[in-house]
Amino acid sequence: MYNTTVAWITFRALFGRRRALLFALPALILIVLTLGLKSASGTVADWPAIVLGQVGAGAVVPLTALLIGTSVLGSEIDDNSVLHLLATPVPRRAVVMAKTSVATAVTFLFAAVPVLIAGVIAQGGLHSLAVGCFLGSALGAVVYSCLFVMISAAVRHPVIYALAYVALWEELISNLVSGAKYLSIEQWSLGVAHAVSKNTNLNAHLTITPSLVLAVIAVVVLLTYATRRLSAFTVRAD
Amino acid sequence: MTAVEPSAVPAARTAPEPATPAVVSFDHVTHWYGNVVAVNDISLELGPGVTGLLGPNGAGKSTILHLLSGFLSPSRGSVTIGGVAPWRHPAIFDTVGLVPERDSVYAFLTAREFVLASAKLHKLPDPKAAAERALQLVEMIDAADRPIQTYSKGMRQRAKVAAALVHDPKVLLLDEPFNGMDPRQRMHMMDLLRDLGQRGRTILFSSHILEEVERLADTVQVVVAGRLAASGDYRTIRRLMTTRPHVFLLRSTDDRELARVLMASPAVQGVALTKDGLEVRASDHGTFTRKLARSCRDAGIGLREVIPSDESLESVFAYLVGA
Repeated sequence: MYNTTVAWITFRALFGRRRALLFALPALILIVLTLGLKSASGTVADWPAIVLGQVGAGAVVPLTALLIGTSVLGSEIDDNSVLHLLATPVPRRAVVMAKTSVATAVTFLFAAVPVLIAGVIAQGGLHSLAVGCFLGSALGAVVYSCLFVMISAAVRHPVIYALAYVALWEELISNLVSGAKYLSIEQWSLGVAHAVSKNTNLNAHLTITPSLVLAVIAVVVLLTYATRRLSAFTVRAD
Repeated sequence: MTAVEPSAVPAARTAPEPATPAVVSFDHVTHWYGNVVAVNDISLELGPGVTGLLGPNGAGKSTILHLLSGFLSPSRGSVTIGGVAPWRHPAIFDTVGLVPERDSVYAFLTAREFVLASAKLHKLPDPKAAAERALQLVEMIDAADRPIQTYSKGMRQRAKVAAALVHDPKVLLLDEPFNGMDPRQRMHMMDLLRDLGQRGRTILFSSHILEEVERLADTVQVVVAGRLAASGDYRTIRRLMTTRPHVFLLRSTDDRELARVLMASPAVQGVALTKDGLEVRASDHGTFTRKLARSCRDAGIGLREVIPSDESLESVFAYLVGA
């Protein structure tokens, strides 16, 4: 089910590329923004909820997950080094599980933890808003990682499709079409954050129960489909 | 490239079947990439030993190897290794090793880490010992602790071969394995593969370099434009190509008189006196070689040397691709 050697190679590969320098960039922007708003506190009412919800859970988490999730498998597929991994008897499910778990852990570290840090900075301590957004971001780290690993297994040029999901679906369509919120990972994250913090400025459209149920269903479906697609991995013609 | 002469193909494909049970089998396999037919109705069976997959660039060699390793599914027909279809069946890599052509490896790892990881992925009981054995086989022990990104192309190839050999596979598939190797590395790799073939492993390697295939392979599979143009021992293939005259260079005590004698034989199409000797174009290989010595003796001519000058793999290949 899980292969530690695959996870170790994935981790080494993730931080062996220059792209790794970008992983911390969204979190850095979040922290700098929080510090800036904190020093000018009072200019915008309830800014912590907006920063932690809209910027943290809504932008930093998906962008970081996109960079990491498409790197753990997509980059190896792009340069064909994945052949060395797949030319072994390791079940494809174990490959997907290992890669997704590494992506989730690194996204958690580079996105969810910074959201918590930003929350502590914003509110001058550990309050329910910071904890709620942290838990929501942690949920987002899991589901986004599953989604972007699945996209990497399913299509060439996964970054384009991943960006389309984040920019078009989450930021545009789910704000315009009411039913689309049920298929928005951002809304699932905000649903958890709102349940913990009860802060209405988070702009959460879902409660915690549908958020968690849909997230669990999404994880199962995405991992299953990623495994199916990786099992049918084909080498491109030259 | 011109098409293979239709007359040459059926004759060449009557090469004998391997005496040992087939390990690798293609049964009327076709593979399309979109509208492009990469492999066209290929049937072949391979047993233990070293087989060269020969063909010009783009002929379909890599496609055949990817079909065998389960990284492509046949559009039509069936592929099996040890009776198992490799597509969607990664467990075949318990007994199969693959050396891909592309240079992409985990360049941030050292060769030792890379081969050890391969041993662990194969769940070997003693991965460290297996990795050391594989590194030793490819003579990479001394450089094993350097990151692969610092290696020459030839060294990378050897690291890839070590990773593919770490579990001592029964079937080894290699796509252009000698690319980038210097002559000494090439010789060593050939010795290694020959030895594995002699120890009962089924080795299939692709190459577009005739000399490599000629020196290493017990049998050849010649692929041209996605079709199997010839299969078997290349000398046998040449003899089966009955529509092409066989060229011999003869040296005798009287080449001019020998030319006159041979022209009387219906098995001889033509002769030419050259500075190296007498060049003879025989239409019937068997009759010519059986009667040559007797004809010389009857004419009182001393036959010093008989050299088949177009039995090289290069010559066979040139005929098959119509070059």
